[in-house]
Amino acid sequence: MASAPTIDPAFLDKDGKPLFHLEHEPHHPEGSSTMLGFWMYLMSDCLIFACLFATYAVLGGNYAAGPGPKDLFDLSLVALNTAMLLFSSITYGFAMLAVEKNRIGATQGWLAITGLFGLAFLGIELYEFAHLIHEGATPMRSGFLSAFFALVGTHGLHVTFGIIWLATLMVQVAKKGLIPANQRRLMCLSMFWHFLDVIWIGVFTFVYLMGMLR
Amino acid sequence: MSAHEQSNHGHHDDGHAHGTFGSYMIGFGLSVILTAIPFWLVMTGYFANPQTTAMVIMAFAVVQIVVHMIYFLHMNTRSEGGWTMMALIFTLVLVVITLAGSMWVMYHLNHNMMPQMQGMSAHDMSQMP
Repeated sequence: MASAPTIDPAFLDKDGKPLFHLEHEPHHPEGSSTMLGFWMYLMSDCLIFACLFATYAVLGGNYAAGPGPKDLFDLSLVALNTAMLLFSSITYGFAMLAVEKNRIGATQGWLAITGLFGLAFLGIELYEFAHLIHEGATPMRSGFLSAFFALVGTHGLHVTFGIIWLATLMVQVAKKGLIPANQRRLMCLSMFWHFLDVIWIGVFTFVYLMGMLR
Repeated sequence: MSAHEQSNHGHHDDGHAHGTFGSYMIGFGLSVILTAIPFWLVMTGYFANPQTTAMVIMAFAVVQIVVHMIYFLHMNTRSEGGWTMMALIFTLVLVVITLAGSMWVMYHLNHNMMPQMQGMSAHDMSQMP
């Protein structure tokens, strides 16, 4: 019989018995796993949107003799909305470049512009929703409208919370500067914000543009 | 300042890619083009066949999502030791199963459960609640 395998002494305790955990956990600097964890959150959020897209795909044709996408959607308004979100993405990118150069004033300026584009997006979307509801196209009208308001409304809610988060971070940067913790938070919001733009690509293609083709 | 530099150094060791002004502008330019073309195709009715238009704008959407992933979200196979990419691939598999599975099942359900609808047109079906 072969001799027992030799064990690295580092994995033995005082009495020579094998250890099944390391005596000293390797040191992880604070926040070193935040970005991966936040990415996991975004991926789970992606699954929420996948379910809402699937719901819209299944119910999107059930108009209940009510208005359809061609009667309701105004593509020039959607194009304007898309432009607002795309501009806010690039201005957030400029804010992150200013963070890397450690320029607080430029960071705050670009963050403020990003927030204004975000508010413009929300304003246009709320105007669109108010217009639809005024015309009687409420979420209760048909399966198509329930699925539409659930999907587009969830995206709008994400943008709303993104803007609240952005304002909070602007206050934190103003009070504490671009400390490593704030840089990490700004990186997380950057991922969140760009992720919302990725979801919007799906929304304008799948809901608005393809709705006009039905 | 040394503490700050050290933290920055550790930050880069995590393997997070950072954009540059050039990469953000490339991403923005591509996004504008990839957004404008589908809107133009639909608003002008460039293709007579709506199915062709649908296929083309879906292809543009997929390309634009990839552009955003690379230039804005800085996705690559190296960050976090490849785990962000693994999580993304796993999520994409689940998204495809959710979307394709739902549409496939519901299409067959509609097809099989409503034999009296065989003679109805798609327009009549759209009047269903």
